[in-house]
Amino acid sequence: MFLKRLTIINFKSIPHIDIDLDTKINCFVGNNGQGKTNLLDAIYYLSMCKSSATLSDSQIIRHGQDFFMLQGLYSRLNMDENIHCGLKLGEGKVFKRNGKEYERLTDHIGLLPVVLVSPIDGELVEGSGEERRRYMNGVISQIDRIYLDEVIRYNKLIAHRNSLLKAASRNHFSYDLLEAIDIQLAEYATVIHSKRKAFVEQLIPIFQEYYRKVSAGQESVSISYRSHLNDSTAGELLRENIEKDRTLQFTSVGVHRDDLAFTIDGYPIRREGSQGQQKTYLIALKLAQFDFISKVSGLKPLLLFDDIFDKLDFNRVNQLIELVAHDGFGQIFITDTNKHRLEEVLQRVSSGYKLYRVENSEFEIVASK
Amino acid sequence: MQSHSYPSKLLENAVEEFAKLPGIGRRSALRLVLHLLRQPQPDVERFIAAIGDMLQNIKFCSICHNISDTDVCSICSSPSRDKATICVVESIKDVMSIENTMQYRGLYHVLGGVISPMEGIGPSDLNIDSLVDRIAKGEINEVIMALSATTEGDTTNFYIYKKIRNYPIIVTTLARGVAFGNELEYTDEITLGRALLNRVRFDNSFSVE
Ligand SMILES: [Zn+2]
Repeated sequence: MFLKRLTIINFKSIPHIDIDLDTKINCFVGNNGQGKTNLLDAIYYLSMCKSSATLSDSQIIRHGQDFFMLQGLYSRLNMDENIHCGLKLGEGKVFKRNGKEYERLTDHIGLLPVVLVSPIDGELVEGSGEERRRYMNGVISQIDRIYLDEVIRYNKLIAHRNSLLKAASRNHFSYDLLEAIDIQLAEYATVIHSKRKAFVEQLIPIFQEYYRKVSAGQESVSISYRSHLNDSTAGELLRENIEKDRTLQFTSVGVHRDDLAFTIDGYPIRREGSQGQQKTYLIALKLAQFDFISKVSGLKPLLLFDDIFDKLDFNRVNQLIELVAHDGFGQIFITDTNKHRLEEVLQRVSSGYKLYRVENSEFEIVASK
Repeated sequence: MQSHSYPSKLLENAVEEFAKLPGIGRRSALRLVLHLLRQPQPDVERFIAAIGDMLQNIKFCSICHNISDTDVCSICSSPSRDKATICVVESIKDVMSIENTMQYRGLYHVLGGVISPMEGIGPSDLNIDSLVDRIAKGEINEVIMALSATTEGDTTNFYIYKKIRNYPIIVTTLARGVAFGNELEYTDEITLGRALLNRVRFDNSFSVE
């Protein structure tokens, strides 16, 4: 699967571009703040129906304008796919596949899988459990059509349950209503838990293999899935904690508290890993995610490397590009501030590529093979 | 538009009232009011009288809470309806949608909404007790839960199911050909009619997948 042609209008800093892409490697070189990351984000948006940054849709429209539009011509399973996305202020978002509008955005997610590797991945290590749950949701939703609906339903039920627990301190508390909510919560929690568990179990061995490939070190790495539901059923958990939850006025147990523990030699990577190890860890995680999605869906996701080379030494960068230029991977998009570094890396790859210079949101092709 | 730009306080009051209607902003409200001002006076008076008359005389059916001109609505009092079946709906609009399918000959029960703890709507705000009373009289064979497939609709289903499951009745729900989150009023007649015919037993519809 690959993106042949991309049109962008009023997306973040980019006023308008039409760009033809190489089926294998596409590089974008320029100083910071020139629009490279925004181009990658546009590609991400066309796959995931949202920005990779936590921005509201109206913040994405270029300053002073009232709409943005993205259009991608893809080749998927040897068929052309025309994806259109538009957002006009006050009118909401439209996603179309070959001219036909989607009824629900979740129907589109997973059609054109994507994996983004970027400096914000650091949040997976540094940030709260919410970051790691969002990570799991992002991956699983690309291989499972109804997973996102289940998570949305679950979160809504949690919000209802918490409102009920809060209101209960003022009025008469309805156990019957709580039970009506809990019977549904238990169903969704069980499904979400089993999908996350299966995902992590499949991810671990691939991840460990990539870590060995990308790092030179001997350290052993792993991931474990932490969930209240690992040891009890959702129904039991909710029942056992009703009085506690009433006191706390929120739901203290369930998959909304799930987390992932990232470890190196048995210790949390956040505490024990060096900066280089953390970076390698995250890249290996993303490559494993790529493998996982391509195994399950049969499609090679688009791979976006956004400005990740800065703190890696040259050999590491070379190793990584050699790895992904290989047949096992598909189309790749790379941004970098260092032109020489990219040129040197590109000299060594055997596949085709296009190199663009980016300045002031203008994209100009400077080399190709 | 700023309030001080109205040339008349009377005009401004009228605009304010129209702007309270759903989907009507200040600009549309002003357009409607100016339109009314241009109409012949008897026409406008008829318009006002229709609203006043509705407010004065409209009733809600004492059995099913449907809108009605009489104490008991035309559906509840019709001899040709199947009085052993009740279809539970959120609103009067849903009664109209289902009647339009011409696939249903039973009675209704209008809840007046769905349970939503986030919006502070609890079971006691809805016509649930009167539904249980109707079933307790023992003349009902089947209760069809026809609420929207939203989280709120599902919670209301489960809550009501628990209250009525011990009576000798069958509780059914609409077949879920309808996508997640669809509200009944947005479903077309054919789909809705089919969902009514293909209803399933509620206790078999538990699983979320
Ligand atoms: Zn009636």
